[in-house]
Amino acid sequence: MGKFILYRLAQFPLILAIIYLVTFALVWVAPGDPLDQPDRNIDPGTKQALRQQFHADSAVGFLAYYPWRLITTGDFGPSMANPDWSVNEILLRSLPVSITLGLFAILLATVIGVAVGTLAALARGGVFDWLSLSLTLAGISLPSFVVASLLLSLFAVKLGWFGVGSWGSVRDLVLPGIALSLLPMAYIARLTRVAMIDVLSSDFVRTARAKGLRRSAVIWRHCLRNAFLPVLSYLGPAMAIAMTGSFVVEKVFNVPGLGQHFVNSVTNRDRTLILGVVLVYGTMVLLFNLLVDLAYAWVDPRIEMQVGGGNG
Amino acid sequence: MMADEGNMTTGKPDMMVAPVGQSVSDRHSPRYLRSGRVIIGGGFLLLMVLLCLGSLPWTLWGSGSLYYDHQDSVRSLLGPDDSIPGLMGSDKLGRSLLGRCLVGGTISLFIGLSAATISVVLGVLVGLLAGYHGGWVDGLLMRAVDVLFALPYVLMVILIKVGFEDHLANLLGNQMLANLLVLLIAIGSVSWLTMARVIRGQVLSLRAQPFIEAAQAAGLGEGRIFMRHLLPNLVGPITVYATLIVPQAILQESFLSFLGIGIQPPLPTWGSLAADGLLPALNSISPDWWLLLFPCLLLAVTLLSLNFLGDGLRDLFDPKRESAKI
Repeated sequence: MGKFILYRLAQFPLILAIIYLVTFALVWVAPGDPLDQPDRNIDPGTKQALRQQFHADSAVGFLAYYPWRLITTGDFGPSMANPDWSVNEILLRSLPVSITLGLFAILLATVIGVAVGTLAALARGGVFDWLSLSLTLAGISLPSFVVASLLLSLFAVKLGWFGVGSWGSVRDLVLPGIALSLLPMAYIARLTRVAMIDVLSSDFVRTARAKGLRRSAVIWRHCLRNAFLPVLSYLGPAMAIAMTGSFVVEKVFNVPGLGQHFVNSVTNRDRTLILGVVLVYGTMVLLFNLLVDLAYAWVDPRIEMQVGGGNG
Repeated sequence: MMADEGNMTTGKPDMMVAPVGQSVSDRHSPRYLRSGRVIIGGGFLLLMVLLCLGSLPWTLWGSGSLYYDHQDSVRSLLGPDDSIPGLMGSDKLGRSLLGRCLVGGTISLFIGLSAATISVVLGVLVGLLAGYHGGWVDGLLMRAVDVLFALPYVLMVILIKVGFEDHLANLLGNQMLANLLVLLIAIGSVSWLTMARVIRGQVLSLRAQPFIEAAQAAGLGEGRIFMRHLLPNLVGPITVYATLIVPQAILQESFLSFLGIGIQPPLPTWGSLAADGLLPALNSISPDWWLLLFPCLLLAVTLLSLNFLGDGLRDLFDPKRESAKI
């Protein structure tokens, strides 16, 4: 187990380095940078100094300076679009917000998704099965900006149950959390339903029932644990995505999270911030995939951790 | 069962073999007709495609009020109840919302279909090569997929779009075509990853079967083994995942429209119509609700049908899920 974790952790720097280079290449292809926009009134001398500082004209200079600085000091440097802010400050301010919101959303999605999926499996082919499947699918058949805006205008503007555009209290988590949870909820409900139907028809469930265990006890003690495995492998990427925030949800509900930077950094051509955001995202994805693999072995003791080999 | 005939000769893998214990009456109806979700999803989808394509002579090439860019200041912002020719009302410029929705549907569906095509070609090729060759080819390709999975999807789509659109526009000399082409490439090039993983997994299990070994022993070339022996056995998963990519791509385009970097006006898509209708429809004083409702309704019905179709097909092709069908 320890060897497995070490092997996977040792791969992280290599994968992150490739991610850095791929992003860097794409960023350099994109025309323009924040320092040559005509509408910004910076005097030519300062502009020249800033261009020097950011190696704005030389890809080699940029590559020779920034990655090295990142490795040795953990510092992404100042944001290219707002040199008064460092990328580290921007990330440290927004990431905790997104993590809080993302955790809440994933919790919501898992609890409701597993419950709906289980009930649908128990009522297989019945009205509830159809209804729950259609409803979860309907939630992801609309663009997220429509769903989020409808939630906001109905529950916050019309009914006044929640604040509009406020952020700071637990209450403000609810609407963006729901909006963020719809997509994983639909997936989890469907994964649980299919897995649960498989488990319900397996031999050990029949044995458990035959020895006189109540139906509810069989489902709680035996079925859920097995049916949760496919959900677990989905949760890795889902958590990484939810906890790095969503642009739409953050824009509609005015949440100061990381998601806005996925879009703003590119529209501003803020090269240092783009690289910072991408690396944080990549680290989260790698980390959560590792965590999920470990949790997998814990939930299902039959699984052995192997060093090497493709995990497709 | 349909799957049984080809079973011996082409060596259908286990996942394709029909489950035993079907009733005799089932033998005469094709498998896909027995899933409620496939019939409902496929039916609605067919209806929508026929509506959009069938109306093109009036909406895209016509000159009447149904033409998607026919502007009429007298009919500005008419509701669906007080505009007979519009049926769905009109937008601020007096254009018929019905006409715009029909053209928008054509473009949205085209984007979805093209993204699915790109993902199928790329994903199947990578999956086949990785699964069939194994070793370092597999390691290299799958690590590349891992890396791409760890890149933020949204950021990559936008970055590809802003990075290559101007270059391509200069090259082609046509802004509108370049816009559409880059959009397709950006969405398609980030949506093939799941397909590659699924196909690789299937090929790994196929490769271990005797009929592939027999083909190799008979001295068949790699291309022939791919085309004649592997691909026919992969039609199931390819269809399923391609069906599920279409709704994702359509949503992705709507997100780009929301950001203002999707298909450029005056061309509409369902996503851009919904994004444009969002503010007028949700203002509380005089909501122009139809501008949001109709595009969203068409979009939702289509995506729901596609998801139903994909889900239903997946259950059909996977006997482990035989019991999970509705």
